[in-house]
Amino acid sequence: MKSSYREALRAGIRDAMLRDERVFLMGEDVGSYGGSFAVSLGLLEEFGPDRIRDTPLSESGFVGAGIGAALAGMRPIVEIMTVNFSLLALDQIVNNAASLLHMSGGQFNVPIVIRMTTGAGRQLGAQHSHSLEGWFAHIPGLRILAPATLADARGMLWTALQDPDPVLIFEHGSLYNVAGELDDDAGAVDIDTAAVRRPGTDITLITYGGTLPAVLDAAGQLEAGGIDAEVLDLRTLRPLDDAAILASVRKTHRAVVVDEGWRSGSISAEISARITENAFYDLDAPVGRVCSAEVPIPYAKHLELAALPSVDRITAAARQAVSAGG
Amino acid sequence: MTGPLEPPARPLDPAHGRHLLLQMLRVRRLEEKCVELYSAAKIRGFLHVYIGEEAVAAGVLETLEPDDAVLATYREHGHALLRGVPAGAILAEMYGCVEGCCRGRGGSMHLFDAATRFYGGNAIVAGGLPLAVGMALADKMSGRSRATVCFFGEGAVAEGEFHESLNLAALWQLPVLFCCENNLYAMGTALGRSESQTDIALKAAGYEIAAWAVDGMDVLAVEDAARRAVEAVRAGGGPHFLELRTYRFRAHSMFDPERYRDKAEVAQWLERDPIALLRASMEAAGQLSAQEWSQLQADADAEVTAAVGFAETGTLEPVEDLARFVYSERTGDRAGERAGDNGAGAGGRRSRP
Ligand SMILES: Cc1ncc(C[n+]2csc(CCOP(=O)(O)OP(=O)(O)O)c2C)c(N)n1
Repeated sequence: MKSSYREALRAGIRDAMLRDERVFLMGEDVGSYGGSFAVSLGLLEEFGPDRIRDTPLSESGFVGAGIGAALAGMRPIVEIMTVNFSLLALDQIVNNAASLLHMSGGQFNVPIVIRMTTGAGRQLGAQHSHSLEGWFAHIPGLRILAPATLADARGMLWTALQDPDPVLIFEHGSLYNVAGELDDDAGAVDIDTAAVRRPGTDITLITYGGTLPAVLDAAGQLEAGGIDAEVLDLRTLRPLDDAAILASVRKTHRAVVVDEGWRSGSISAEISARITENAFYDLDAPVGRVCSAEVPIPYAKHLELAALPSVDRITAAARQAVSAGG
Repeated sequence: MTGPLEPPARPLDPAHGRHLLLQMLRVRRLEEKCVELYSAAKIRGFLHVYIGEEAVAAGVLETLEPDDAVLATYREHGHALLRGVPAGAILAEMYGCVEGCCRGRGGSMHLFDAATRFYGGNAIVAGGLPLAVGMALADKMSGRSRATVCFFGEGAVAEGEFHESLNLAALWQLPVLFCCENNLYAMGTALGRSESQTDIALKAAGYEIAAWAVDGMDVLAVEDAARRAVEAVRAGGGPHFLELRTYRFRAHSMFDPERYRDKAEVAQWLERDPIALLRASMEAAGQLSAQEWSQLQADADAEVTAAVGFAETGTLEPVEDLARFVYSERTGDRAGERAGDNGAGAGGRRSRP
């Protein structure tokens, strides 16, 4: 069937609400407004205001309340409008959700799912455009997901709700309108492993979420130039699927990591380090990185585009890796 | 409903009075022992004791049922003990032992116990309030008539989470009882130096929450107010708020040189020691003999002595297990399927004294 990424997310939420009465959705404008990105449009009419619960502008309060509800047996899905606003709830996410199981010596699970938008590309300026999922991937106790495809958008939520630990799902804002074919029987997907989106032999392009389309474009252009690139979609930023990363790099002997976060201290830095630690002698070239420019994301279209990983920068980095060394 | 609550007309049942005295004594003795053990370097980290504030925990927790939930701050040994966490498991936790209520991963500031629905142990000032709101939300959505009680200091009133939580609780009419332990100081910051409005009950009432200020040195007054509030909360009356006016006799923590308050002030409050007050009134009414008083003290001492013995013979968790409990341990199918509360999870129960 034809679906958009937005519709796939909505189908996932709807499905979860129908399957488990402990599931409810809570966040700013998820109800009457239909969700600030229209993900929950229509769900209020179907499930009522108790389970599609509009909250005041209190990120820390309602994220913490979601954690408390999870502690007391519910399966909350909490929506934060964008990752930028999640900073107001950072205390609850890091000091409570991520820590309670360990601090309590294994007594208290926090089976919450927190969804939020991430990423740039829509001229929304710095305070609506950052990509901070790599920061959250720094935190032990959290599981970090970044669905890049319709099937993942449709299926990751249910798997995440089955997880006894807190899961954060990052939806890239530029993906909501992406449309395509989704299997009629699309259902829960695995959230433990990375996925090879395009097999190849000459270089591994490692990415996730919103940059997957650009990376696939780049791989197409590279092919025209005689370079056969493998595209690895991480899908989960914590825990990282080391095995998939290393297996691909050992096959292609070259890697470029594409990440919309800032380069310094980024998830791409972590991935590059792991490759160097574990597969150094398999490499034919240094691990490359294509990240966002180290500036707050600007509003003006040309500046914003210049700040983000582009198909050109990805292909250039890949060509450089292939031409370097043997 | 706001403002000081009329003191109850109270013909005290002597047995109940002695019970409350014992509860407060148990906390006092445990805390005195903690200070001693800290000085002997048996306990490390931060240690915040509750001496002087015992009437608050004793009076409030007296009114709860086993299925109610309790959240507290880093000054929570007394709350844990009176909620039913064994003294041995509390001390063993501070010793960093596997027999501790959190297998040594929590320490003094992070006591938790699934069996008694004791949810912390939160060292982020105001960090427990949103959790309490969510737990109450879960109860309300599930149609359970139980209460969630959240203790916090008056310092938390300045945090945004206090306001977000009160607003949410009132907006959604949730079954939560907020217990503000107003001991007048947040570390060294006096209430008047941190709040434009120092009447905390009034502030809570601004959120359309039934709020009372209570003499937190009078355990009977605390119990009476808490009983009324908890009953109303459980009956669907929405959130309630108690400002419990109390005082800590000791420093904020073991590192506090206490430069911010003068000896005369402390001495004045010592006159209102909640244990001494109840003891004196019961003695005056002929409800407590010298022998009964000695017995209460002996009972509290014996419990603490046994707890120290338990902690002293505890075992350290093997370092190979360091990384346990960061993520849930999965046995075949995913543990998230478990119904009901998320208590007693992967860790399993320990043997306890
Ligand atoms: C968010 C946060 N800020 C600062 C601290 C450091 N701190 C620990 S206790 C404390 C004072 C809190 O006072 P109050 O809430 O009145 O509780 P009391 O210690 O009097 O019981 C402070 C500032 C903290 N733990 N958390």
